[in-house]
Amino acid sequence: MTDKVTFTIDGTEIPARAGQMIIEAADEAGVYIPRLCHKPGLAPFGSCRLCTVLVNGRPASACTQPVAEGVVVENDTPTLRDYRRTLIEMLFVEGNHFCMFCEKSGNCELQAMAYRLGITAPTLPYQWPHREVDASHPDIMIDHNRCILCGRCVRASRDLDGKHVFGFVGRGAHKKIAVNADAKLADTNANVTDQALDVCPVGALLRKHVGYAVPVGRRLYDHEPIGTEIEAKEPAART
Amino acid sequence: MNKPLSDAVKKICQAYGGDRTRLLSIVRAVQAQDSCVCDDALNAIAAELSIPRVEVQSCVSFYSFLTDKPKGRIVIRLCNDIIDRMHGFDHVVEAFCEELGIGLGETTPDGKITLETTACIGMCDQAPAALVNDVVVTDLSSDKAREIVRELRARMDPDRLVKHLGDGNNAHDLIHAMVKNNIRKEGPIIFSPYNRGEAVDKALSMRPAEVIRSVKTSRLRGRGGAGFPCGLKWEFTRGAEGERKFVLCNADEGEPGTFKDRVLLTERPDRVFAGMTIAGYAIGAELGILYLRGEYAYLRPFLEDVLLKRRTDGLLGHSVCGKEGFNFDIRIQMGAGAYICGEETSLISSCEGMRGDPKTRPPFPAQKGYLGCPTVVNNVETLCCVTKILEEGPATFSAFGTEQSSGTKLLSISGDCRRPGVYELPFGVTLRQVLKLAGADDAIAVQISGPSGQMIGPDQFDRIICFDDLATGGSTMVFGPERNILEIAHAFMEFFEDESCGYCTPCRAGNVLLRQYLKQIMDGRGEMSDLAQLEHLAQVIKVTSRCGLGQTSPNPVLTTLKNFRPVYEALVKDDPDNFKRSFDLKAALAESEALTGRPSVHCHA
Repeated sequence: MTDKVTFTIDGTEIPARAGQMIIEAADEAGVYIPRLCHKPGLAPFGSCRLCTVLVNGRPASACTQPVAEGVVVENDTPTLRDYRRTLIEMLFVEGNHFCMFCEKSGNCELQAMAYRLGITAPTLPYQWPHREVDASHPDIMIDHNRCILCGRCVRASRDLDGKHVFGFVGRGAHKKIAVNADAKLADTNANVTDQALDVCPVGALLRKHVGYAVPVGRRLYDHEPIGTEIEAKEPAART
Repeated sequence: MNKPLSDAVKKICQAYGGDRTRLLSIVRAVQAQDSCVCDDALNAIAAELSIPRVEVQSCVSFYSFLTDKPKGRIVIRLCNDIIDRMHGFDHVVEAFCEELGIGLGETTPDGKITLETTACIGMCDQAPAALVNDVVVTDLSSDKAREIVRELRARMDPDRLVKHLGDGNNAHDLIHAMVKNNIRKEGPIIFSPYNRGEAVDKALSMRPAEVIRSVKTSRLRGRGGAGFPCGLKWEFTRGAEGERKFVLCNADEGEPGTFKDRVLLTERPDRVFAGMTIAGYAIGAELGILYLRGEYAYLRPFLEDVLLKRRTDGLLGHSVCGKEGFNFDIRIQMGAGAYICGEETSLISSCEGMRGDPKTRPPFPAQKGYLGCPTVVNNVETLCCVTKILEEGPATFSAFGTEQSSGTKLLSISGDCRRPGVYELPFGVTLRQVLKLAGADDAIAVQISGPSGQMIGPDQFDRIICFDDLATGGSTMVFGPERNILEIAHAFMEFFEDESCGYCTPCRAGNVLLRQYLKQIMDGRGEMSDLAQLEHLAQVIKVTSRCGLGQTSPNPVLTTLKNFRPVYEALVKDDPDNFKRSFDLKAALAESEALTGRPSVHCHA
C-alpha cells in the first residue's frame, strides 16, 4: 500500500495515489480548487496560476504539484481568494471580453469563475489590445480577443487529435496562439470534429453555425457556480 | 519556394544532424545567411526536421535577436538599460536616428541598416554601448554614433568599427574588441594565478564522491543569485537515475548591471571549462554545454579556440588527462536575446531548441533536466570557484568570506561612481566599503543584484554582502543625488514587461499593469489608494508567478515602496472634489474627436 498517501486541504484529510497532482486528488475528494488552464485528460500546464495553493506554506500550482504524504495544503483562504480574483481580473483586462454578446456566455469558464469569485466588474484598467479574428475556416473561427492563452487547444490538438494545429508565438504581452500554416486556420488540417475545439474555456475557439443554440437558463453555469459539479461529488474518503 | 534557400536550409539542418533539439542553432544559422527566417525558411526547416511549422515559428518569435521579417544586413542594437540612459543614451539614439534618417525599430530605405534597442548587453561599465551585429561598440557619444554610421555606410563592415582594442584578451585576434575588462580588484580566488590543467588532474586522481565532498566541505554556494549549495546539487544529480547526465554552464548573463561573466570568459575561460570538466566527472556526465548569451557572440571564436586547445592537450575528449573511462567534451550553445534563458529551466528549454519557456517544477533539473536527463546547471563564477577549490583544497577557499558565505564574490559595479568595473571581494564586506572602493561618494540608492534584487538607500549601506544579508548575483548599480528613483523603477518594470516569456498570467499581464500604475504616479496622476493597489498587484505577481523571473519581477516596485516610500507619497494626492486623478479627459475624448474631426466642447470649455 505504499502508493497511497494522505494529505490535508484546509484541514480536511484527502486520500490520494502517489504521482497524482494535488488538483486531481482534490477533485476526487470533492474539494474544488479553481482552475482555468487545467483540464482532465490534458497534460498539466500551470499557466493560469488560478490553482495556486500553499503547500506547507509555499506557493505552488495544484495542477502541477504532485501529492506527498502529510503535506498541508491551503486552498480556500481569504488571501488566496483575493489573489485569484486579481488573476481573473488580469485575464479580463488584458483581452477584450464582451460577455453580453459572446455566444460562449453562460458556458464560459472565465465568466463563471469571475461570478464564483464574486467579481462584478474589473477594478484594473482595461488594456483594449488590438487583436485579430481568424474566420478563414468554413466551420471554425478563432477570436484572439477572447483568448486567455491557457494552451488547452495546443495540448488537445497535439495529444488528442495528433495534429499540431495550434502553437504559441511571441513572448510577454505579445504572446498569442498561432496556427500551423503560413497564414490562416483555413490552411491547416483543422476539422470541426477536432477535440481541440471542445476544450476552449472561453469564446476564443468557436464552431460556426451553432451559436446561441442553448437558451439562457439552460446553459452550463446558469444555475450553479462553476466547481459545483466537483463539490457535489461523493467524497472518495467517505465512501 | 526558391531553390537556393531550400538547399541552404537543407545543408544547415544536415550540419546539425537533422536534430530537432538543435533548432535554435539552426534558425540562428539560417538567419545569419538570409538576415531573417522568412516564411519559406520556416517551412523548409519544418520539413527538414519533420516538425510542425508552428514549432519553428514559435522558437523564432521568442528570441529578440531572431526575426521572421526582413531586416537590414546590419542591425544596430542600442543598449537601453538604465545605466546607459544615465550616460547619454538619448543623445546617442538621436544621433543614430538623424544620421540614418530612420526611427528606432526601422530599417533604412535601402534595406541595409536596422536600428533597434535591446536590453542590457553586459557593458554597463562602459556605457552607452551597442551591438552592431556581433560587434560591441562602447563609450558611445553622439559624435561616435555619427562616425559609426558613416563608417558602416562606407564599408558595411562592423569589424571596421573596432579602431582601438581593449585590454587583456580583448585584444586577442579571435576577440578583437574595443571592450575593456575594467578589473578593479583582483581577489584571492577567481583572479588568482593558476596552472592550466592542475585542477582537473587533481580531481581525476580522486573518486567522484570525494570531489563532491570537497566541494561540499568548501561550502560553495551558487553565484548566480539563488545561492544553492553547489556540492549538494552535484550529489543530487549524481544520485539521480539516468543513463546520461549533463553539465550546463549558465553564461546567459542577462541581469541588467552585471558583466562579470563577460570578464571571466575573456580572461579565465580555462578556469570555467575546467570547472565544467570537474563537474562532469563528479556527476558522471560526458557532455557539457556552455550556454552563451547572444550578446556575447563576439567571444565565441575565442572560446571555441580555447576548447580546441583543451582537446588537443587532452583536457577534453576521450580519456580526459589519460583517465580511462572518463570522456568529456563541451559544446557552446548560443542564445539569441532572452533574459528569461538565465532561469535554469528556460536555459534547458533553449538548449533543447525550444522557446525559452521555463519548465514545470518538479521535476527539478537534477532529476530531469536537459533531454529529460539529470542535469547540473552552474553559473560561470561558481565553476571558477570549483576549479580553485580543487587546486588548493576546500579549506583555502573557505578561509575567505563568512561562515554561511564562503569564498569571494565578483561584483559588477556601474552607474554613478568613479571606478566602474569588476571587483572580487570576500563575502562579509559591507556595501559602504564597496562603494568607497568604487568611488561612489554620494550615492542615494544602490540597486543590489539587478532589477530582480532590491534597491536600498544610505540607511542600509552598512549591510553586509553575503547570502544571509545582501544576497547578490553581482550586479551593483549606483545612483547619485540627481537620479529619479521612480524613473529607475519604471525602467526596470519596462525591462520585465519585455522579457516576460508570457507563459503565466501574473507575470505576463501583471507586470504591464504594475508599470502603468507606476507611470501614472510618476506623472502626478496617482492617488493614495494607488499605492495599496501597487502593493497588492506586486504581491499577487510575486506569489503566484510560475518561475523566478515572475516571482522577482515586482521587486523594483516592492523594494522602492519599502525603502523610498516618501518619494511615492510626495507624488500621490487625493482629489479635493473626489474625482479620479488618473482619469484623463483629453485622452478619453481623443478617439471620438478623431472620428468626428472636430475638437470636443468639453476640452475647450
